[in-house]
Amino acid sequence: MSQRETIIEVKDLVKKFGSFTANDRLTFDVYRGEIFGFLGANGAGKTTAMKILSGLSRPTSGKVMVAGIDVSHHPEKVKRKIGYMSQFFSLYNDMTVKENFRFYGGIYGLSAKKIRERTQFYLDKLDMKSYENMLLKNIPLGWKQKLAFSLANIHNPDIIFLDEPTGGVDPITRRQFWELIYEAADQGTTVFVTTHYMDEAEYCERVSIMSEGQIKALGKPKALKEQFGAATMNDVFLKIARNVE
Amino acid sequence: MLPIIFIIPIVQLLVLSYTATFEIKNVRFVVVDQDHSSESRKLIDKFSGSAFFTDMGHLPDYKAAENAVQHDDADQIIVIEPDFEKDLVNEHHAQIQLVTNAINGSAASLMNAYAISIINNFNKEILIKKLPLKFKGMPIQLSSSFWYNPELDYITYMVPGILVLLVTIIAMFLSSMNIVKEKEIGTIEQLNVTPITKFEFIAGKLIPFWIIAMIDLLIGLTLARFVFGIVIVGNPFLLLFVTSVYLVLVLGMGLLVSTLTNTMQQAMFISWFFLVIFILMSGLFTPIESMPVWAQQLNAINPLAYFIKINRMIMLKGSGFADFQRDFYILAAYAVLMLGFATLRYRKRA
Repeated sequence: MSQRETIIEVKDLVKKFGSFTANDRLTFDVYRGEIFGFLGANGAGKTTAMKILSGLSRPTSGKVMVAGIDVSHHPEKVKRKIGYMSQFFSLYNDMTVKENFRFYGGIYGLSAKKIRERTQFYLDKLDMKSYENMLLKNIPLGWKQKLAFSLANIHNPDIIFLDEPTGGVDPITRRQFWELIYEAADQGTTVFVTTHYMDEAEYCERVSIMSEGQIKALGKPKALKEQFGAATMNDVFLKIARNVE
Repeated sequence: MLPIIFIIPIVQLLVLSYTATFEIKNVRFVVVDQDHSSESRKLIDKFSGSAFFTDMGHLPDYKAAENAVQHDDADQIIVIEPDFEKDLVNEHHAQIQLVTNAINGSAASLMNAYAISIINNFNKEILIKKLPLKFKGMPIQLSSSFWYNPELDYITYMVPGILVLLVTIIAMFLSSMNIVKEKEIGTIEQLNVTPITKFEFIAGKLIPFWIIAMIDLLIGLTLARFVFGIVIVGNPFLLLFVTSVYLVLVLGMGLLVSTLTNTMQQAMFISWFFLVIFILMSGLFTPIESMPVWAQQLNAINPLAYFIKINRMIMLKGSGFADFQRDFYILAAYAVLMLGFATLRYRKRA
């Protein structure tokens, strides 16, 4: 395998809340342009780790470099380089599609012209041209999630973090959503995604599986299936989760 | 939401200005006239003839009158003893009894004062009639004039204070609910992963509400002028200037509450807690001078107290900046402090 550029470097990341250890010495690298699946049962510590990577929360100890920046010391600089989309829909429902683009484009300091270009580009791509002046609250969830993904991408970030982006979305829209993810990855954006759908795990280039705050397995889906002697990622996941119990 | 923001202050101004008055216009009295003489009737006519009193009828005895007060059919009892006229003529000395429902103490003392002034008037007439040559008027002639509000019009006094109240309520609630609302619906999380700076964030919250509250004030001033006929005696631009600084203070307080709380319910209780105390202590309804010393000292942190005072000075007295500059500088420093705290307290963390 050719040497790829490391875009996320995590070494011995520990996050404690009081006496509870949410992340226990996590160590992993993510490469530029990779689709990295970050799996784990509820409460395994995925969201905590993702919040640290995106500068929302500080690690208790360990080294976390994102896009070449130390997150512990310069979280605001990291935020310029990343996009983030949460499992809870968090765009402004009382603004129109276009206004949301303008708002987030403005926050990232894009010029008015650039914002218009990017808005048109995504509305064309999502085939949502006729919705541009509609309030977001009137748009179906699946479409909203695609919009949220586009908005998280508006400033061409190096990395985009997706926290269970397809929760509650129908299979067809999920499929379309993954097409968007592939497209972004093809253009060199690193996609860091958490999910509970194991079919989606198969789409990832590499996955890590967390349990009890630790990474129990990390590798290409195919390699993991061989390693655990399982037919599907679902079985791999269950084996790891069962070992815990 | 937008219509509410503009309609509520208008309703507040119109309703409160007419109702927040200490004048008592309708004192309901009952009479226990045990004399039934022409003098007693004359006295009663004086009461019924007054615009402030309403005659609720004559009752046979004191017990019945007491009942009327008990059932809230009357506020005052006038008891005229038998032989009232006879005593007045023979001894130049007669007695009447005045009983006032004092559940509301300040209202009772007003009713009492009205009644006494009617009785005094009646007294004077008797004296003139009896001693037409000797009576040359009271030894001390009192002549008073009331400055800045010569007709002692309550609305004129209340409106500047109510204007302060309504911009404060709008500004406080819009700002204190806002950030916490974003916390509840989750949009704050998306904002927190962007490179938006704390200063930009707070400015983005402050400016729209500032504009809305300013528009509310302008609407209020227009209504004050055309509905209540209150002309701003001082410089209107000075008033707007002070308001602009005052609003930064109130919005800063609201935003601080919003950054400190986690739910809209908490934010609402906290803002209500402070607003009610600030309003009641502000001198809007009751003069600050008559509050206990500790309460007057507590008003040092009451933004409303400062601004109501300044607003009344500008609108009614025509005061210039120099007349209230100390209060203004306190407001300005307070505004910087609150906004600073709000900015510091806003954490871009999850």
